[in-house]
Amino acid sequence: MKIKKNIALNDSGFIFDPSTGDSFNTNPVGLEIVQMLKQGKSQKEIGAFFLKEYSVDEATFEKDFYDFVNMLSKLKLTERDENEKI
Amino acid sequence: MKMKRYNIAVSGLNAIDSPGPGISVIRALRDSKKFDVRIIGLSYETLEPGIYMHELVDKTYQIPLPSAGMEVLLMRLKYIHAEEKLDLIIPNFDAELFNFIKLTEKLKTDFGIQTFLPTLEQFEARHKVNLFEFGETHQIKVPKSKTIFTSKEISSLHYHFSYPLVVKGKFYDASIVYTIEQAYAAFNKISAKWGLPIIIQEFVSGQEVNVTAIGDGKGNTIGAVPMRKQYITDKGKAWSGISIDDDKLLKMTSKLIRSTKWRGGMELEIVKTDEGEYYLLEINPRFPAWVYLAVGCGQNHPEALVRMAMGEELKPFKKYDSGKLFIRYSYDMIVNLKEFETISTLGEL
Repeated sequence: MKIKKNIALNDSGFIFDPSTGDSFNTNPVGLEIVQMLKQGKSQKEIGAFFLKEYSVDEATFEKDFYDFVNMLSKLKLTERDENEKI
Repeated sequence: MKMKRYNIAVSGLNAIDSPGPGISVIRALRDSKKFDVRIIGLSYETLEPGIYMHELVDKTYQIPLPSAGMEVLLMRLKYIHAEEKLDLIIPNFDAELFNFIKLTEKLKTDFGIQTFLPTLEQFEARHKVNLFEFGETHQIKVPKSKTIFTSKEISSLHYHFSYPLVVKGKFYDASIVYTIEQAYAAFNKISAKWGLPIIIQEFVSGQEVNVTAIGDGKGNTIGAVPMRKQYITDKGKAWSGISIDDDKLLKMTSKLIRSTKWRGGMELEIVKTDEGEYYLLEINPRFPAWVYLAVGCGQNHPEALVRMAMGEELKPFKKYDSGKLFIRYSYDMIVNLKEFETISTLGEL
């Protein structure tokens, strides 16, 4: 799973999908995840970053990460990455 | 170098909650860096706001309703031409297009007035009544539809359709109905306003997207900008919208223009289903009221129309900006009674 290539993202968490015209706002944590997904980082790499930078245990991060990525998928902001299994 | 100046007559000055395209077209023409314009407004009613927008419209003339026929219209245009030396007419109402298309050759040969309109065949083929067959001919998905002439036919609709379905007027207006009772009510309301027949169309659920486009009459798409409605009025009109980057929509538009050799401006109304399928709901044979968004995105379609009408060969626009919004607003003009009196009594202002 990765973020669609043409998604526009700004530093304040505004996400714009130019193919549908949909726009969304996310909080700073969500923004960091979206930015990392856009950079092509894997769940493992993202998890390692969050476990180091934030006070969160692995199980909680995984659950919240899946919830968030599922939401991105439902909002059609993602596309399937054949090389990666989440 | 001094720019050419064209005297261009434009209709659709009704910048109301269900607006005609005239004001947007005029703004686009005034933005042109290729030519200068004197704008002659053509109005049907005395309260069309564009009549009083003197910063956009230099002079306005009332013209007869389309139902009065071609001859009466021609006489009026002859008078206006004598006063204004028209170079070009851009009609913007579906209901008036038939007359203008029929008059195209006469306007050109007798008065030297250009137009840039679809042919009568193109105009009729894309008509709501014929759209389903049009889709089949050009291999474009169109919701199933049926034309009915009496309310009695509603009782047998369930043999062909399942509710909800869409009840449409031949020119304007549409209602989604969920029961047979609502279908009768919509039939009566729409037919009382716009006449018969009424078109019954299968309801396709999804996101409504629109495209403003212009064809050169030889199969080339000179420009196309897709837009998604963001704020919709109770009349179903976009009060704000955003340009989108949708390759499938652009391909569908190009395919349609190529196969029909469409000449002039057009608006496609399309539904994109959750499964990513595109259904063509309507082809409007003129620019939409939101055509100024295309100008904001880098494609001035009305300017392109004028240049082609005046004999220039144009290359297609290659790009446009996605993510540009238009947001309509309402604005109260203060008008002196004298102006209203003049247009009401003399038919020109």
